[in-house]
Amino acid sequence: MNTRLLPFYATLFIGVLAYLICVIQFPGMFSTRVAGNLLTDNAFLGIAAVGMTFVILSGGIDLSVGSVIAFTGVLLAVLINWNGVHPLLAFAIALTLTTLFGAAMGLIIHYLDVPAFIVTLAGMFLARGLCFVMTTDSVPINHEFYTMLQSLYWRMPGGGRLTFIGGLMVATFAVGILIAHFTKFGSYIYAIGGNRASAELMGVPVARTTVGIYALSGFLSGLAGIVFSLYTSAGYSLAAVGVELDTIAAVVIGGTLLTGGVGLVAGTFIGVIIQGIIQTYIVFDGTLSSWWTKIVVGILLFAFIALQRILVWLSTRKASALGAH
Amino acid sequence: MSRMLMAGLTRAAPQLICLAVILLLNWLAFPGFFDMRIQDGRIFGSVVDVLNRGAPVVILAVGMTAVIASKGVDLSVGAVMAMAGAVAATMTVAGYPLLVVLLAALGTGVLCGLWNGLLVGFFDLQPIVATLILMVAGRGIAQLITEGTIVTFIDPGLIFFGTGSFFWIPMPVILAVLVTAMAVLLVRRTALGLLIESLGVNRSASSYAGVNSRLLLLLIYAFCGLCAALAGIIVSADIRGADANNAGLWLELDAILAVVIGGTSLLGGRFSIVMSVLGAIIIQAMNTGILISGFPPEYNLILKAGVIIMILLAQSLSRTGFLHVLRPAPTQTAEAKVKRA
Repeated sequence: MNTRLLPFYATLFIGVLAYLICVIQFPGMFSTRVAGNLLTDNAFLGIAAVGMTFVILSGGIDLSVGSVIAFTGVLLAVLINWNGVHPLLAFAIALTLTTLFGAAMGLIIHYLDVPAFIVTLAGMFLARGLCFVMTTDSVPINHEFYTMLQSLYWRMPGGGRLTFIGGLMVATFAVGILIAHFTKFGSYIYAIGGNRASAELMGVPVARTTVGIYALSGFLSGLAGIVFSLYTSAGYSLAAVGVELDTIAAVVIGGTLLTGGVGLVAGTFIGVIIQGIIQTYIVFDGTLSSWWTKIVVGILLFAFIALQRILVWLSTRKASALGAH
Repeated sequence: MSRMLMAGLTRAAPQLICLAVILLLNWLAFPGFFDMRIQDGRIFGSVVDVLNRGAPVVILAVGMTAVIASKGVDLSVGAVMAMAGAVAATMTVAGYPLLVVLLAALGTGVLCGLWNGLLVGFFDLQPIVATLILMVAGRGIAQLITEGTIVTFIDPGLIFFGTGSFFWIPMPVILAVLVTAMAVLLVRRTALGLLIESLGVNRSASSYAGVNSRLLLLLIYAFCGLCAALAGIIVSADIRGADANNAGLWLELDAILAVVIGGTSLLGGRFSIVMSVLGAIIIQAMNTGILISGFPPEYNLILKAGVIIMILLAQSLSRTGFLHVLRPAPTQTAEAKVKRA
């Protein structure tokens, strides 16, 4: 078995185990209704986490995700409600802007050779600031097209509803997996994350790929923003604060190494679902406070990072033992 | 000595000019900016306000400088502030004497720092990941301590650290100056600063040279935790309560920003605590300026982002030798090449 996939199997195991524990305690959780709600409630998180997975696989980080989600939400509300733009056109405008925003961050990161951490931190301030400049109020979105999208769902066997945004998240993950494993762009990302210098020497177009990665993350953050505005039917400049942390946590819990080069998009999906299960459990229990989510996520983060360290340590020991013989 | 001072001033020129321009803009927008008066045994005025409001970030920046110089980063300082504030407030309400409260709150910070240092130094985790754990879990723990409420207190001893004054100078400013002075003396009058820099430049090389890198990392992160706890005490004493959700929220980013503005590279190595403090004051001068000039505070974040980009641009250009190209003298370009090598 490939040891690099061990964190992914561990995540899968813990995800299934967590769900089983929940089901044993609350049999009501074993239903497609809960599964459908899990997908709907975490749709925006999941879509943003796909973008974050690519960024982290390449050895970078994107702190601007939460702000870009809020920016998209406010922009949509302002365009649709105040300026009478059709939602589809507003979606196109928002996605173009956030993709360009991501590409600009990628350009700065690559050509000025500054850490992604600081550049995307500036991006985070900028996007949040632009929200505040547009409006500090919470603007509701009322449009037939929105109501139509919100009421779209596919009735799963067992009465659960796979809503439009839940389905969109699953589709995004599917496309993300395709990009990561079946395209040149995907292999470039793994190559850059593994070792940027060797990737460059092998002829990987590092500049184009870096810009592409951050543009993709910007695009997916924009998409997550659209989903978030469909979910809340409003645009609010203080929304989605700290979502970048949740997405990073989902990626790490999903078994992706923060040093880059190792990880799976599918792992991130399970990472998102585990966070969702914890929240659902707290809702079902009713006596636990929501701050336990943070503590449990912190403990899980630690457990996975420790597991990855042990695996790396074991594999280097095995390698050196083989070398000695 | 004066030569060293001149060299220091030359190196700090971009930041000093930046601060001067911001102060000038503040003065243009608000002519009373430099006015000061003494009232109720304490100095009041916008400049004092900048220093007073900036004190928590200054203290955070001092600890963060040491961490960043060792090629690390501490994302958990904001959460540690919330935890220390929560400990201080709940223990004060429970009736413990002030000294015990302070020691417990500072001890919380040191413990958190030791945990981070353990993960970074002994388990070889990436600092971003190692401190992310506490950043996520820390606020949950703080809420656990305050039981989800905002704990308020009226103990004058603790409040003194936030709003009191000593010789007309506000207490937070005094604490910030003390922490800065002690840290500078510690790293520059002993070999500690050199050891931290060597750790940041090349950890394995400095280990081979006999530096106990694990112990040093443990100490650096513990110090950063201590600074964060002190900042947490000041903030909660200032509002006379501990807010687990909002105390120190996003201040880790301000602290990192202050260090970067001060010119310490995020890739570790050469650092300057005084310059980071200057960076923190620049950030606060900007914040205060926007507030008093009547600009909508919404523009604050955009300006901040603009300043970061400008500074990154300036640093990157000077590093890649773009500026050297503009200079005609051939010896200079040779020097630039050596520097780059």
